[in-house]
Amino acid sequence: MAEASVKPTPLLKDELDIVIPTIRNLDFLEMWRPFFEQYHLIIVQDGDPSKTIKVPEGFDYELYNRNDINRILGPKASCISFKDSACRCFGYMVSKKKYIFTIDDDCFVAKDPSNKDINALEQHIKNLLSPATPHFFNTLYDPYREGADFVRGYPFSLREGVSTAVSHGLWLNIPDYDAPTQLVKPRERNSRYVDAVLTIPKGTLFPMCGMNLAFNRELIGPAMYFGLMGDGQPIGRYDDMWAGWCVKVICDHLGWGVKTGLPYIWHSKASNPFVNLKKEYKGIFWQEDLIPFFQSVVLPKDCTTVQKCYVELSKLVKEKLGPIDPYFVKLSESMVTWIEAWDELNPGGPAQK
Amino acid sequence: MTTPPSLLSLTIHSAIHNLSRISDLSFLPDHVVLDLFLETLRAGKLNERVLKLFVATGKDEVLSLIEAFNIQQIVTPVLPTILKMSQLNIMDSEVDIVVGALHSDLTSFMNEWKPIFSQYHLIIVKDPELKEDLIIPDGFDLDVYSQQDIDRIVGASNSIKFSGYSCRYFGYLMSRKKYIISIDDDCVPAKDDKGLLVEFVAQHISNLSTPATPFFFNTLYDPFRKGADFVRGYPFSLRSGVACSLSCGLWLNLADYDAPTQALKPSLRNTRYVDAVLTIPAGAMLPVSGINIAFDREVVGPALCPALRLAGEGKFRWETMEDIWCGLCVKVTCDHLKLGVKSGLPYVWRNERGSAVESLKKEWEGVKLMEEVVPFFQTLRLPEAAVTAEACFLEIAKAVKEKLGRSNQMFARAADAMVEWVEIWKNAGSGPLPVDN
Repeated sequence: MAEASVKPTPLLKDELDIVIPTIRNLDFLEMWRPFFEQYHLIIVQDGDPSKTIKVPEGFDYELYNRNDINRILGPKASCISFKDSACRCFGYMVSKKKYIFTIDDDCFVAKDPSNKDINALEQHIKNLLSPATPHFFNTLYDPYREGADFVRGYPFSLREGVSTAVSHGLWLNIPDYDAPTQLVKPRERNSRYVDAVLTIPKGTLFPMCGMNLAFNRELIGPAMYFGLMGDGQPIGRYDDMWAGWCVKVICDHLGWGVKTGLPYIWHSKASNPFVNLKKEYKGIFWQEDLIPFFQSVVLPKDCTTVQKCYVELSKLVKEKLGPIDPYFVKLSESMVTWIEAWDELNPGGPAQK
Repeated sequence: MTTPPSLLSLTIHSAIHNLSRISDLSFLPDHVVLDLFLETLRAGKLNERVLKLFVATGKDEVLSLIEAFNIQQIVTPVLPTILKMSQLNIMDSEVDIVVGALHSDLTSFMNEWKPIFSQYHLIIVKDPELKEDLIIPDGFDLDVYSQQDIDRIVGASNSIKFSGYSCRYFGYLMSRKKYIISIDDDCVPAKDDKGLLVEFVAQHISNLSTPATPFFFNTLYDPFRKGADFVRGYPFSLRSGVACSLSCGLWLNLADYDAPTQALKPSLRNTRYVDAVLTIPAGAMLPVSGINIAFDREVVGPALCPALRLAGEGKFRWETMEDIWCGLCVKVTCDHLKLGVKSGLPYVWRNERGSAVESLKKEWEGVKLMEEVVPFFQTLRLPEAAVTAEACFLEIAKAVKEKLGRSNQMFARAADAMVEWVEIWKNAGSGPLPVDN
């Protein structure tokens, strides 16, 4: 008996925006051309707005620098980080599409074990369009992948899964280590291709890396605020972590799934560990308190939209984390500013549970 | 709020974690070498190579400490940090391999596993309902148990039946080793994605003897594997992990699907080798398949019990749920005791056997059962006072009787079996092995 033929993955070219933060140049796009050319790009230029970022020919894009951000958001622009890739979340806010894929400008096309180029975007789309399974762990990983299924013992009532809100990809070559680990293992490279996509169970937190990330903007967009980092802030390199913890707590509350694993990209640039250490320093200590905080967050039942959840979260941040450092009071306020700005720019109304 | 750790202590912590990669310490300032040495001792990570490193620094304080503690240069390695396959320190004599024999002729099974099993002690338990004598080739160090032994040691039991796949639990009971690796008799060694023979025993042992990380998910999977580590954003206080008590392996070819799934997709075979081991997060439930597992008998032995029997239970995995039930109990126990459960490597190759459609005609009950059972386990909380696997198991049995037993006799029977099992384990699970008549 023949197996049903595999349906091709839809391109979603009119439903997906690619958001890229950059401060240097976008040469890396040349390598991605076969996979990205059909999509609309939103480029968020960090740093000096008077510098011109050259975009390779043939790409359809909109570009925002700091002047644009200030002009569009006015006083609310204070919630968008400066001199940190956290500024990319401005791109999420101005997008009008259902899905977002975000990638760093030092990430290139990787090869799978058969030496074939990996179409990371296609895999993210597959991940986002198939359900997630956060309520019970499937030992054969993603049961919706071709060649896999739910294992014996997996409750049938849970096999429909839930909507996937986030697809978190991984990195070959330079792994996403923190500064202390980089210092101890400067030459370690990730060469292990783990051929799996899996749903992170409900109630479990994870470190979300923004280098190779896709999400359903209509579902979880408002929670993808990357915080206050970089210039004038006491912390850096925790933007994506912060967003990831907020996103996971809200997804768990609203019943959506977060997947991690494939696709891999090739991460080419190892940032300076000593510079990283300075940026991460406070984060390393603060995360000891942040994790128990997020693990203990209980959102009230009447928080039925992402915005409501997020605003509630900001109150808890102010109350419980404020005592650690005044930074968290500022952060909680900018979380509210972010939601206000989001709602202004996206008057359509929030996605309901 | 606790005082945050100093940068120095974080660095020393990181260095301890990566001792196997450090080849020179002489450039470090004296007080750092001393601190590092003391931490190494505390962490139990001193071995011959590491000792040589410290001696090579020539620092007086460290040398005098070595002398004062009477640390000998030629020492048996003590708890190496990262257990690479070639450096496995777990002695072969700490491992028992348990096989439940549902087939009488084990010749090809044993011969296929010989390269891997021949250095270990094996326990083979014959399914009491198997009529024919077992045929086992020579060349193994093994003990074989059958119905007579079960009768002699356990006696007549109302609730525990050791027939079919449940016979292997008798083997767990009889073992006196720290680690048990258990495999179905229709599985053979697998090859990995590079065509190399999977180091089945070594991988399970590695899983059980390196820490698990259930409190926060590491996106690069097992951080203790070579070439991997904790990623950015992983809290440092959680990086030492907890002990791993259960290692769940996977299957190539015939995966452990249920009958409806396999019947619907008769040609579905698992060909994907996923090169990962990961810790199942605390609070997350999973279906533990009894086909390919390993566990720390000393710690969780009593919590693995053949308690749930389906009315139509048969000789194919499609017709059982005993391992799934067992796995839920063990996971709740491990979560409560802050122990880890890992899943992933090693793979075995599972041979074709049976007909999913035939099994489907026979057995639907198990499939429906899970619907009730999962919400119960997901919300089950054990009292603080339960600090051993036995205590946890008895608490679970109590909850099963009260909550699930009310609606279905099968669960009430399972609860009774669980309580009886703890007694059996107390009597026969430790001490000298009962002598043969």
